[in-house]
Amino acid sequence: MNLHEYQAKELLAKYGLPVQRGILAHSGEEAAAAYDTLGGKFAVVKAQVHAGGRGKAGGVKVVKSREEAAAEATRLIGTNLVTYQTDAAGQPVHSVLVCEDMYPVQRELYLGAVVDRGSQRVVFMVSTEGGVEIEKVAEETPEKIIKIEVNPLVGMQPFQARDAAFALGLSGAQIGAFAKLMLGAYNAFVENDFALFEVNPLALRENGELACVDGKINLDSNALFRHPDLLAQRDKSQENEREVKASEFELNYVALEGNIGCMVNGAGLAMATMDIIKLKGGQPANFLDVGGGATKERVIEAFKLILADDSVKGVLINIFGGIVRCDMIAEAIIAAVKEVNVTVPVVVRLEGNNAELGAKILDESGLKLTSAQGLNDAAEKIVAAVAALA
Amino acid sequence: MSVLVNKDTKVLVQGFTGKNGTFHAEQALKVGTKVVGGVTPGKGGSEHLGLPVFNTMKDAVRQTQADASVIYVPAAFAKDSILEAIDSGVQLIVCITEGVPTLDMLYVKKAVDEAGIRLIGPNCPGVITPGECKIGIMPWHIHNPGRIGIVSRSGTLTYEAVAQTTALGLGQSTCIGIGGDPIPGTSHIDALKLFQDDPDTDAIIMIGEIGGSAEEEAAEFARQYVTKPVVGYIAGVTAPKGKRMGHAGAIISGGKGTAEEKFKAFEQAGIAYTRSPAEIGKTMFDLLKSKGMI
Repeated sequence: MNLHEYQAKELLAKYGLPVQRGILAHSGEEAAAAYDTLGGKFAVVKAQVHAGGRGKAGGVKVVKSREEAAAEATRLIGTNLVTYQTDAAGQPVHSVLVCEDMYPVQRELYLGAVVDRGSQRVVFMVSTEGGVEIEKVAEETPEKIIKIEVNPLVGMQPFQARDAAFALGLSGAQIGAFAKLMLGAYNAFVENDFALFEVNPLALRENGELACVDGKINLDSNALFRHPDLLAQRDKSQENEREVKASEFELNYVALEGNIGCMVNGAGLAMATMDIIKLKGGQPANFLDVGGGATKERVIEAFKLILADDSVKGVLINIFGGIVRCDMIAEAIIAAVKEVNVTVPVVVRLEGNNAELGAKILDESGLKLTSAQGLNDAAEKIVAAVAALA
Repeated sequence: MSVLVNKDTKVLVQGFTGKNGTFHAEQALKVGTKVVGGVTPGKGGSEHLGLPVFNTMKDAVRQTQADASVIYVPAAFAKDSILEAIDSGVQLIVCITEGVPTLDMLYVKKAVDEAGIRLIGPNCPGVITPGECKIGIMPWHIHNPGRIGIVSRSGTLTYEAVAQTTALGLGQSTCIGIGGDPIPGTSHIDALKLFQDDPDTDAIIMIGEIGGSAEEEAAEFARQYVTKPVVGYIAGVTAPKGKRMGHAGAIISGGKGTAEEKFKAFEQAGIAYTRSPAEIGKTMFDLLKSKGMI
């Protein structure tokens, strides 16, 4: 789950991080009022969406008056912002953050952290190359990213934060200020189950103070059960509608751009099913893992989700019935096809317990269901069926 | 022989009296696995499935001399359960639970490593030695005792590889489902080591998926140290970047962890691989045939 910039900044401020002042606005009037409250000569209006690359996409603008602030907010709110990180439709803007203007600054630094799978630790990263995409820095000048691994048993130590401060070329009182900031960020990370955290840029202001000009936080979805306060901040409007719907039924669904819908049990097999459709010349429309218990109810919901995508011209169901019986799954599929009124061709591959009986039940159902033997056969049949429609 | 588990392995079930614990303990007992009891705090002294229930893992191990534990508790309690198992003296812990917070696993992984105990999972189907012992949720009947070791991050894809090798008459020595999480207790490399050292494993199937770089590291390890034939497969060629594909660990982040990078690593390490999930068994069969091993 992602947080908005304004939510991330609020959270980081609680841990003592110096964040850029900002006021959330949902309308032009609110933005104008925010401009007045900030009281500066300039302000920055920033679209609140779950995507990076806002600046280049026109989602971040410097304004010089309350009128300009209102105009920018009105222009952004209610539209979709398309950045290099979004799909073609973009992300809906429901609010803007009106921030104090901090520029010019001495330097733009970078501070980030992830759970690193290789070292199996929380790894902090700092760089003198803030204000640009860190992926680019990592690719072109990896030596400019300094990594600090944190032992989970003892947590981040002050010396590690000082090491980072010196590596960034900070001096004097900035060392202590940076160390405090980084230790605060570590505490925020582990106490709130961050998966990824980024302050880019971290500004070194002309007055020598540090300020978090942006804030990006991605939370570990598996840990949300112990953070109801953070869960309450979820903005479903930023997520794919069908993916949100799927999560309500505990189905794992990811929308893709093809036309063959997939319903599979198990995440690995679901990916493999998408891959084999592609290998056979088709294009998968989605990833969908119905989980271990492919009951009638879940199959019905899965069908509804898949068919809510207008581009779907056929469906491949691939179930490896390990413990559950395939004849029961076949009955569930038939009931679901009848209830949802599925009209596109459906190919079903059942493997495992009572697979033959399951296939027989499907073949005798009188419905537009084709049973398949094995993965190759299944993928070939659905690709051919969809191609025949074109 | 085989790796990790065999017909003599004595297994305790944590979360024994719960729905999942009960169902899978019954299934394991049916096929002859030596389930010797289980733990549900507060229900100690009672009986379940004709076996003793204990309040604590320490009690359970003291009285049953169990070697292994399998965990079916909800995600919120998985960390505590694994740490309790480490403390109890079992040498193998298999955590089936899905949805364990990643930061919990950072502590747990350090703890198992320091104690020198083998953890499989979490978010995995478990480990099975066909014909001898089943610890986990995999279907027993698709397996066949044989000489292929299988390691995989995905449950149903493991079953796929098992069914394919069984259909070709190959059979499996041991199948290890290492799970789909970003911080697994056992890695592909760990599994390769176990299979390389097992005299009853002739060849290895390694199944990976997008996310992380464990497969790349395993490929390099295999190139240097594994003398047995290895077949690789990676799921997720068509997965979009930045999206979590069901498994917590199956995500291409910052452009890293793609299927193509992993296939390339197989290629560079000289590992036989297939891009088709339908050809895993066949690729192994052809490889063994070309080496005159069948």
